[in-house]
Amino acid sequence: MTATVAKTDEGTDTPYALSHLDALESEAVHIFREVAGEFERPVILFSGGKDSIVMLHLALKAFAPAPVPFSLLHVDTGHNFPEVLEYRDRTVEKHGLRLHVASVQDYIDRGVLRERPDGTRNPLQTLPLTEKIQAEKFDAVFGGGRRDEEKARAKERVFSLRDEFSQWDPRRQRPELWNLYNGRHAAGEHVRVFPLSNWTELDVWQYIAREGIELPQIYFAHEREVFNRGGMWLTAGEWGGPKADETVEKRLIRYRTVGDMSCTGAVDSDAVTLEQVITEIAASRLTERGATRADDKLSEAAMEDRKREGYF
Amino acid sequence: MSTITELTETTLLRFATAGSVDDGKSTLVGRLLHDSKSVLTDQLEAVQRVSADRGQDAPDLALLTDGLRAEREQGITIDVAYRYFATPRRRFILADTPGHVQYTRNMVTGASTAELTVILVDARNGVVEQTRRHAAIAALLRVPHVVLAVNKMDLVEYKESVFAAIAEEFTAYASELGVPEITAIPISALAGDNVVEPSAHMDWYGGPTFLEHLESVPVAHDLSHCHARLPVQYVIRPQSADLPDYRGYAGQIAAGTFRVGEAVTVLPSGRATRISGIDLLGKPVNTAWTTQSVTVLLEDDIDISRGDLIVPSKDAPATTQDIEATVCHVADQPLTVGHRVLLKHGTRTVKAIVKDIPSRLTLDDLSLHPHPGQLVANDIGRVKIRTAEPLPVDSYADSRRTGSFILIDPADGTTLTAGMVGESFAAPEPVKDGTDDDGWDF
Repeated sequence: MTATVAKTDEGTDTPYALSHLDALESEAVHIFREVAGEFERPVILFSGGKDSIVMLHLALKAFAPAPVPFSLLHVDTGHNFPEVLEYRDRTVEKHGLRLHVASVQDYIDRGVLRERPDGTRNPLQTLPLTEKIQAEKFDAVFGGGRRDEEKARAKERVFSLRDEFSQWDPRRQRPELWNLYNGRHAAGEHVRVFPLSNWTELDVWQYIAREGIELPQIYFAHEREVFNRGGMWLTAGEWGGPKADETVEKRLIRYRTVGDMSCTGAVDSDAVTLEQVITEIAASRLTERGATRADDKLSEAAMEDRKREGYF
Repeated sequence: MSTITELTETTLLRFATAGSVDDGKSTLVGRLLHDSKSVLTDQLEAVQRVSADRGQDAPDLALLTDGLRAEREQGITIDVAYRYFATPRRRFILADTPGHVQYTRNMVTGASTAELTVILVDARNGVVEQTRRHAAIAALLRVPHVVLAVNKMDLVEYKESVFAAIAEEFTAYASELGVPEITAIPISALAGDNVVEPSAHMDWYGGPTFLEHLESVPVAHDLSHCHARLPVQYVIRPQSADLPDYRGYAGQIAAGTFRVGEAVTVLPSGRATRISGIDLLGKPVNTAWTTQSVTVLLEDDIDISRGDLIVPSKDAPATTQDIEATVCHVADQPLTVGHRVLLKHGTRTVKAIVKDIPSRLTLDDLSLHPHPGQLVANDIGRVKIRTAEPLPVDSYADSRRTGSFILIDPADGTTLTAGMVGESFAAPEPVKDGTDDDGWDF
C-alpha cells in the first residue's frame, strides 16, 4: 500500500555520495573561506594539540596555493610540554605564519591573576585570551572545539557570537540554517568559529592518518614519570606536582589531549603508531575529556560556566 | 591499515528528530546511542550518578541529551542539540530538536540540513495536531526522507491494526503535502523493540529496524539532472614569483556537477567563459560535484568576486529583484511590512525591503490568514521581498541551497527569518492504488 519499502541492500548510494571524511573536510573548508570572505582580522587558536593542528592543515588546504590569510594565537599557560612548544615553533617557521602569544605567566607575574591552590591554570586562560583579542582587534577567532566533546558544546553554533568580555549568552546565539552563516557583530564583539563542530575524536584521528599529518610525540606511547591524582596520570614537573602523599612512578603512557600540564592526564597505552592509536580509540569506552581533563570534572556544569565566561 | 580503511569507507547521514517529550523522543535517542554503543562509560556514569541523586531507580537516558543548565533546571530542551554516533556502515549527525518551546524555529533549523526527519507518535494517541505540524515542516523544508516512528507499541499490545491505521493516516496526510518518501516503523523505545534489534513481539512486521533504515537510506541522489551552482566564496590570488597570474575561484558546490571544459556563465554580470581546471583541495580533477569544496580556474580573465555565482551557460537561472518566498520567522522581534533588512543568499548579502506579507500559515490545519501585518517568532508565512541588486535565485523545490536565504537585521545583526523561494509545498504524489496488495507491505 502507501508506506514505502526501505531498501536494506547495500549499494543504495550513488557514486556522488562523499565519504564522511570528505564531507567533513569540505564543510570545514567552506567555513574557513566564509570567514576569510567576511571578516577583517581572523586568527586561529593554536595550542599544538591535535585539533588545532587539524584546523591549520584544513586552512592550508582551503587557500592553497596562496598562504593562509590568518595568523595564529597561542594561549600559553606556562605549563607546556616542551615537545609541543618545539612543534609549535617548527610549524610556524615551516609555513611562514605569524604567531601571537597570550601568556598566563605574564599575568601571574604582574599580579593580575593569582595561582589557584590546586595549581591548575586552564581556568586562568580566559582573561589573557580576551585581552589579546581586544588588543589585536581580532574579529573572528577559530577554535578547535567539537560538539561531541561535552554536553554544553552539543548546542554550540559554528559561528558563536561573543560580547566584548568574550561572554557567551545562549539566548543570543543565532539559529544556523542550511550553510548560511551569519557573522554580523558590533564593534568590540567577535565571533568564535568552530570548523570542526561536526567532527568526532575518531574522525580527527582518521583524518590525521589519511592526510599523513605530523603530531607532537606526546600523542604516542612513551615512558614518563607520572603520579596519580583523582584517577588520572599527571606528569611530574615544576608546576606543582606531586604533593607529599603522591608517589611518582615510571609508566608507559600517551596523551589524548594537549593542554596545561597541571590538569591534562595521560592514559596507559602501548599505542606507538597512528593505526594503534585509532584502534585504541575505537575500542575505548571513555570520552577524551572524561579521561584526561581534570577541569571538566569540577562540576557537572563546569564547561557551561567556563563558556559563559569566555573560555574556548 | 585495515582498521583505518574500514572505518573511512562510510558515508554520513544528517538527520533530525521531532516529537514532544511525551512521545518518548529523548528515550528513543538515548536508546539509539546506548544500543549502538555510542554512550561512553564516563557519560553513562554521570547520568547514573545524577539519576541516583534525584532518587530515580533507572538511569534516565533523557539526561544524555539535555545539555544546558537552564534546561536541566526547567526539565525541558530549549535548543537544537547535535549528537554523533557511528555504526560500521555509516556515521550519523543527529539534530535533536525540542518538542515544546520554540519548536517551529528549532525544527526548521534542524531540518534545513537534514536528509531525513524522524517524526514520533505515541501509538495510543495516533496522529495528533503536533504530528501534522511536524509533517508540514518536513514538507516545507523538502526533507527527502521522512520516518514515522510509531512508539510505545508495548502499550497497545504490539497490535498490527493499531500501527497500520496510524501509518495509513499519516502517509495520506504527508503525501498530500508532497513528502516524497515516507517509511513507517513500529517501535518501543523503552523496551527496545525495532530500534536497533528486531522486535520479538511483532512478527507481522517484516521491515527494517529503525537503525537499519538509517543505515541504508540513500544520502545522495543522481545529480546529472540537477542545476549546477557554485557560489564564489573567495578569490585565491597567490601573487607569488612562481604563480604571478594564478586566479582561482573558491567555493563549495551548492548543487549539481561541474566539468573541465564546460561553458559557464558568471552571475549577476552574465559574462561567459569555460572552466580550464578544477582543483579539489590540492588534487586536479576533471569533474566535481556537490558538496565538494573546490577551486575553479577559468579560461578568460574576467572580473569575479565573492558573492558571484558560477553556473553552466546552458542552465543559468534568471536574476530577479523581486522574490516571493515562504519564510519561518526565527527572531524574537517581529518581521513587518516595510522592514529594511539584509538578505544573505549563497555567498552574497544585499539590502532588501519586505514589500508585503500576503499570508500567514497555520500549521495545525494549513489554513491561510491573509495580510497578518507582521510575523512573530515561530510564524510561517508568505513574503514578497524587493532586493537592492538582482539575485540569481532558484526555486527551493529545485535546489535547497540556492533556493534558500536568511534575512538579517542590519541594526543588531540578528538572524530574523529563514526563507525558501517559490511555492510552499510540492504537488502531492499521485495516490498509489492499493488494490493489488493483500496487506501491509513494510
